[in-house]
Amino acid sequence: MSGLLIDNISMRFDLPNGGSVQALKNVTLDIKSGELLSVLGPSGCGKTTLLNIVAGFLAPTSGQIIVNEKSVKGPGAERGMVFQQGALFEWMTVRENVSFGPDMKKMPRAQSRKIVDRLLEVVGLQDFKDKAVYELSGGMQQRVALARCLANEPDVILMDEPLGALDALTREKMQSLVLDLWKETGKTIILITHSVEEALLLGERLLVMAPRPGRIHKEYRLPFAEMGAGADLREVKKHPDYAKTREEILSMIWEMEEEIMGRTEESA
Amino acid sequence: MTGIILLAVYIAIFAVSMVAVAWCTKQFFTRADYTSLKTVTFGDESAVRPNRAASVISVLAIFALWAAFTNTSLPVLKAKGPFEGAVKFTYTATLPDGRSDDATVSVLVYPEDVQLTDGPDGKPGKIPAKPSIEPGEGFAKNDVLVIARYGSKLISVFSNDEFKKPDGVKVTHLNGQAIAPGEEIILSEGRLALTDKGTPFFEPAKGFRMARLYLPAPEVASDRFWKLNNEGYRNFTLLEHTWASLSRVIYGFLLGALLGIPLGYAMGLTNWARGWFDPIVEFMRPVPPLALIPLMIIWFGIGETSKVILLFLAALWIMAIAARSGVSGVAIAKVHAAYSLGASKWQILLKVIIPNSLPEIFTGARVAMGVCWGTVVAAELVAAEKGLGMMIMVAAKFQLTDIVIVGIILIGVIGFLIDIGIRQLESWLVPWKGKV
Repeated sequence: MSGLLIDNISMRFDLPNGGSVQALKNVTLDIKSGELLSVLGPSGCGKTTLLNIVAGFLAPTSGQIIVNEKSVKGPGAERGMVFQQGALFEWMTVRENVSFGPDMKKMPRAQSRKIVDRLLEVVGLQDFKDKAVYELSGGMQQRVALARCLANEPDVILMDEPLGALDALTREKMQSLVLDLWKETGKTIILITHSVEEALLLGERLLVMAPRPGRIHKEYRLPFAEMGAGADLREVKKHPDYAKTREEILSMIWEMEEEIMGRTEESA
Repeated sequence: MTGIILLAVYIAIFAVSMVAVAWCTKQFFTRADYTSLKTVTFGDESAVRPNRAASVISVLAIFALWAAFTNTSLPVLKAKGPFEGAVKFTYTATLPDGRSDDATVSVLVYPEDVQLTDGPDGKPGKIPAKPSIEPGEGFAKNDVLVIARYGSKLISVFSNDEFKKPDGVKVTHLNGQAIAPGEEIILSEGRLALTDKGTPFFEPAKGFRMARLYLPAPEVASDRFWKLNNEGYRNFTLLEHTWASLSRVIYGFLLGALLGIPLGYAMGLTNWARGWFDPIVEFMRPVPPLALIPLMIIWFGIGETSKVILLFLAALWIMAIAARSGVSGVAIAKVHAAYSLGASKWQILLKVIIPNSLPEIFTGARVAMGVCWGTVVAAELVAAEKGLGMMIMVAAKFQLTDIVIVGIILIGVIGFLIDIGIRQLESWLVPWKGKV
């Protein structure tokens, strides 16, 4: 198991109309093994771009990502990813979806079956193994996506607003599940979200990014993820520091949003 | 005229059966499912379900109208038919000096398709012979006229009279009614008239039914269907004709799919293939396959090869475009997810792109099969020694409308069955379609 180094990443690309966008500028971040990092920021701050670069779907214009002492050149199995909309394969059953990673590695059936059975039990879907994924609810689909990612034994799990499309109740349950899984597996997790509450609850370390150019604005070390693992998240929310930090971050993001609005009005 | 009546009757059947079925449904059935409780159905497409009673009545109505407006022997409600049988009328010949004489014309109207219809002895009927009559008294002699239904004939009344046209004799009355050249008298049996030159002229009443030449009765078509089955047409049975057309479509379509789908995938997956084939596909797509028939005949002759290649070309572009849009329809998150799970390019193609593009491929296959089926018939119209299109074309040249009708019905039914087959295959292979 290893951490992840984001080494002075910048990204700039040309637009068809002749201009260019500085999506990220000199982002450097050292993520330790087993760390749970949540990234927050107003829209357009480059947080999804950053995640796509870490996943290897995009190449940075300068800088590099280092995992396991190797520079990232493209997507790889050591960096698992969970998407907002599950991105499940609807032509496969729940079991086939979860065993996709092991199957790609040509793992023997018996062995992959064991992994899949265990993980489906962890996410509470042991009774839905042979269902088609389109028969499941949104929350269940997201559990399948989590299990599918874990089945591949990645060193780092990247989550791109994984709970964004769920309703409030399901979302809270899933937040607990993510925390429990983190505690249990000790994986390094990078979680992108636009919900301040989620970032606070799930971030052992919280990063607020600022837009134009995308950069790290402020960093927090938070106790709530430790507290929340295996406990009631609503209890965590009652903590006095929780409300204080939330207000602080919210006003910070509001300021940035106002600034963006002002700038667009000027340019318009 | 008949057309307007037909349309009016059809609209009446539509409206009356709608009201009747609605009333019956209300009276005898109650539905309790969710959709039946919707009050807003006009404008809510999901609440519109095909009324199966309407479908059945619609098909029955077409057959009923078909029977009603043809000279069918079936015991069904029929429109007024053409006049058939014997009728007599008199004409008055008047000489320039004022002398005049009456004579009778006996008209016998026989079915126009008598030679195509088997009589009680099982042999084709004959045109009836002229009945013999008494010549009658006076200088004008009685005449006989034998005429087919839907026909009309001039009557050379003076040919057996004592005075001929050069003597100045003229027809002044028909059935005792004074008439001048160019005028006419309408009887219930038909139309009596004088031409501009003064020759009497009879046209039996046509009624509202279609002659066999234009539309054979349903039982004539079904008889023909069995006859074609047993005896065949132009050296081949109906089954052989059908299979000839169908096998051309199957070979052409399979070849087109076999090449078109990989072509579409290549266009959807690599820049070079997209750029290379884009102009070719976009150029060939709007060219109707029918426009290629002459070229195919010049290049490959009139045999099977040219037809299969034509159908191959018809299917190729459709399948290529379907496969291409199937690839572009893959959600990028799925591809990213598969890469992050360690899949290779080959595995992505097999496990993600191909399954994900199946719905598009099936839609393309349905379109391509439809186009191929239409094209094969057209290609056979041009040149073929067997096939349904050839059968129709040759039959039309001999005015065998019943064969044409049988062929058209068969083409429609087979096309429909092909479509149902592909849809069935689709619901079996792509159960997730429309559920994601």
